[in-house]
Amino acid sequence: MELLVASAIGILTAGGLYLLLRLRTFPVILGISLLTYAVNVFLFASGRLTTAAPPILRDDISLYADPLPQALVLTAIVISFGMTAVVVMIGLGAFLGSDDDHVDDQPAPDEDKAEGTS
Amino acid sequence: MSLFILVALPFLGALLPGIMNSAGRAACAGVTFTVSLLAFLGLLTNLPAVWAGEVVTARIDWLPELGLNFTLMLDGLGFFFALLILGIGLLIIAYARHYLSRDDNMGEFFTYLLLFQGAMVGIVLSDNILLLLVFWELTSLSSFLLIGYWKHLPEGRQGARMALTVTGMGGLAMIGGMLILGQIAGSYDLSVILQNRELIQADPLYLPALILILIGCFTKSAQFPFHFWLPHAMAAPTPVSAYLHSATMVKAGIFLMARMWPVLSGTPEWFMIVTTAGLVTMVLGAVIALFKHDLKALLAFSTVSHLGLITMLLGTGTAFGAMAAMFHILNHATFKAALFMSAGIIDHETHTRDIRRLGGLRVLMPVTFVVATLAALSMAGIPLLNGFLSKEMMLEEATHTTLFGMPLLVPVLATIGSLFSAAYCFRLIGHVFLGPVRDDYPAKPHDPGPGLWLPPAILVVLVVVIGVAPFVAEPFVKMVTASVLGGEAEVPKAYFKIWHGLVPALFMSIAAVVGGLLLLAVFNPALRFWDAAPRPEAKAIFESIVEAVARLAQALILPLHNGAFSRYAAIGAVAIVAAGFHAWSTGTVGAPTRELQPAGPVPIAGWLMLVAATGGMVLMHRNRLLSLILIGIVGLMVSIGFVFFSAPDLAMTQFTVEVVTIILLLLALNFLPKTTPVESTVLRRVRDAGIAIAGGLATFALAYHYLLRDAVTTPISEFHLANSYKGGGGTNVVNVILVDFRGFDTYGEIIVLGIAALLIYALTETLLGGPVRARLLNRKPDQPRAGDMHPMMMVVLTRVIMPVILMVGFYIFLRGHNEPGGGFISGLVVSIAVVMQYMASGFSWTSARLRYPYHGVIGAGVLIAGLTGIGSWFVSKPFLTSDFTYVRIPPFQEFELATAALFDLGVFLAVVGAVMLSLESFSRLARRAHVPDSEYPMDIDPSRDDPQPDAAAGGAR
Repeated sequence: MELLVASAIGILTAGGLYLLLRLRTFPVILGISLLTYAVNVFLFASGRLTTAAPPILRDDISLYADPLPQALVLTAIVISFGMTAVVVMIGLGAFLGSDDDHVDDQPAPDEDKAEGTS
Repeated sequence: MSLFILVALPFLGALLPGIMNSAGRAACAGVTFTVSLLAFLGLLTNLPAVWAGEVVTARIDWLPELGLNFTLMLDGLGFFFALLILGIGLLIIAYARHYLSRDDNMGEFFTYLLLFQGAMVGIVLSDNILLLLVFWELTSLSSFLLIGYWKHLPEGRQGARMALTVTGMGGLAMIGGMLILGQIAGSYDLSVILQNRELIQADPLYLPALILILIGCFTKSAQFPFHFWLPHAMAAPTPVSAYLHSATMVKAGIFLMARMWPVLSGTPEWFMIVTTAGLVTMVLGAVIALFKHDLKALLAFSTVSHLGLITMLLGTGTAFGAMAAMFHILNHATFKAALFMSAGIIDHETHTRDIRRLGGLRVLMPVTFVVATLAALSMAGIPLLNGFLSKEMMLEEATHTTLFGMPLLVPVLATIGSLFSAAYCFRLIGHVFLGPVRDDYPAKPHDPGPGLWLPPAILVVLVVVIGVAPFVAEPFVKMVTASVLGGEAEVPKAYFKIWHGLVPALFMSIAAVVGGLLLLAVFNPALRFWDAAPRPEAKAIFESIVEAVARLAQALILPLHNGAFSRYAAIGAVAIVAAGFHAWSTGTVGAPTRELQPAGPVPIAGWLMLVAATGGMVLMHRNRLLSLILIGIVGLMVSIGFVFFSAPDLAMTQFTVEVVTIILLLLALNFLPKTTPVESTVLRRVRDAGIAIAGGLATFALAYHYLLRDAVTTPISEFHLANSYKGGGGTNVVNVILVDFRGFDTYGEIIVLGIAALLIYALTETLLGGPVRARLLNRKPDQPRAGDMHPMMMVVLTRVIMPVILMVGFYIFLRGHNEPGGGFISGLVVSIAVVMQYMASGFSWTSARLRYPYHGVIGAGVLIAGLTGIGSWFVSKPFLTSDFTYVRIPPFQEFELATAALFDLGVFLAVVGAVMLSLESFSRLARRAHVPDSEYPMDIDPSRDDPQPDAAAGGAR
């Protein structure tokens, strides 16, 4: 089980990183989302893996999953939605303003040497 | 007056001139003058204590763990300098009131001046060397602002930049030196450091510390080879030159050398470096000054020369030298500030400072003539004026100083320096005031009003009084000298007298004055010789060095920082993985302490789906809609994973967030291209894949290793589990952590979420307000539209289901404290219910039925959460302390009422508001001009404006 979770984190990270390094905004945003999953699962896993023991207190149970990483990840999920929305908005605004959805600065044809010499 | 108030007064007062700016020039200058006067009087109230030899102190611990404390002390030396700073400051403020023209922004000027004054007072009163450094840098900054005050003059801007670069670099060196010094002494308090002379001088790091501190002092006090910035700083308004560059700031370096004199001086290194630098500066400055035609440049180099003189005196390391230095600081401040102000008057009245265009002003400006001549004669070392006295003491000291084993070297050079000094003083008098009256002045010169000549005249009165009756100044100078020496040496018994008998110093003085007169007689041939001689131009050298450094920086930085996000991301990823690998390969890993749990077929199936979806995304990311569907699968699998690993709250959150994220991305994709073109080379893709695989392996290894090991120490979760019910009144520990244990954290998070939503709203507004709006309105959709924009089945279904979802949300909210659920999740659920109305029935139909703006919902949420937290103050508990009780209202079961529920309500509202505001903003972009917003649900759009004929034809077939 640990192997499955750890490898899932690794695969999500790898996929996220690869998409993060693409040249257009949309894949980069998806890459960031994949990385968010990876990070959230990673943080969640820092409470170690426990099955069938949710941290809901019951009288006759003494074993519970670690609640703290869950609480932290819960807010992280919601915040990451806000962050994704902002990034999407910025990317969308850039595209609508310039009709170009490259994430990198595109070299300008005439002023490529003038930059940064002053 | 308390020392704290003394230091704070100018800083606080700096707020006033800007406010008073509109009240008129007199009010602006008046308020500045009053602030300085208060500080001056406050300083004087400390005089009795200082006079009695006490050290007045004040102390507040600021960052004691760093050794940085706000400790101030006032001894004789500090009092002397503070007196100069505040006293001459008063005269300068009065002078500047009349000097600045109506076009100058007076409030700005006086604000900078007071900031500078406060920083200088801070330097001389600091008892902590770190605090001193803070003030030291502040003087560099405020002097930058003052030198560049006339922003329209390129010389002003260049001079300001050069001064800041040189003194700022010196300041950096000094920080290093001071840190070393503090490490050696074990304390950053001056009072401790000054007691540890033997310890510091025996330390192997003494020499580096000395050199670094001296670089700081030399740059500030314009000592060779850092002297070149001072003449260029003369582009400043004359009051600034008179204040900063003759009387105060350039003496900060000298002050520090005097302050550190008890611990740093007396060693051969100190003697060699300081005396040599001082001597060279003195002679060089005097020689250059003689041949300068700009009055202020002449005075600037003469200042350099006199600072060199003082430095040399401090360098000798004898008590007599220190006393002479202190006396000369006093004398130089009086006559040089008076001379600068006179130069300002001449500039002001004749509109030129070029000596070659002046002459004969004696008749036209008699008052200025008297003031300037007395000050210049004092500088030349003529008896009955104060400059003579300290110069005699300097020459006397020089005859006892042997440098490089040559007994004659120092006396001869000192005499030559004095000779040139006398020569340029005579030139100043002779070529500006004497000679025939000319008829080609740029403006008709006449004496200014008393506002301009009175301040220098007051200083000249001091020049004459001290010169005629030196015993007036003697006790004061000896008191200052005593605090410089700090018990390391006895204050010399020597009396201040005009006539010492036929001592060598007298003959050297006579030689200097006579030689100076002779040199002036042959000035024109000498000038031709000087102009013909090649000399290095300091400004050109400085600028070429700056240019070279800038090029180097560009060569290093631009390839890394070229505006390509993907490059930064790649560099960042590689760096993080490399750091992790380094830790991995150098550290040790303990043995596994946990058993591997067996994986059943269901987890394996889920894992396979997740891997397949991720792999599909990477392989088919060019088809954007497909990759969006695939990421939905990934999110779903993650949610199911959370369920499986006992995290029901997380699963619910992830699931609902997934829905709104996908809607959001779909809305965005509506405007973006539907496919990603192939652009990157194969090589680049291989590189990216390499980075990605390395990153994936790293996280995999890290996760796998710690999943097999228990936590090193007991996690705080034990406490949460034990106290969730007892203290928080809830059995859902995750929710109790969110709303209770870590409520403050959650409070911050909902605020962040709200800000993010407002940011999206603001960006949308900006887009819709700009040129993008027209394009959006006339946009042709790139894919055929559906004929029924709002399908009837969906409309009916969403409306029927709406109250059900709301009830589910309500239920999830209420049970959240004890069962999985809570404000976050129910907020998301309710958002989805509302979003579905938008999707099914249309934007305008839905927004017409909304009574509350989403901004208000966010605000209400944050307010409710905040007020709940504040509520606990009324029962004398800290912010966000929760309370709960159980009530029973028949016929219901007993249930719980907790303040945490109120807090959770705030969370709920903030989440609903934030999610809805984001999605609504996106949807607003989609409204088009030629399609009127339908007010009816279930409308049919018969136009179906299809952009591509073939697609339309395909649709018709």
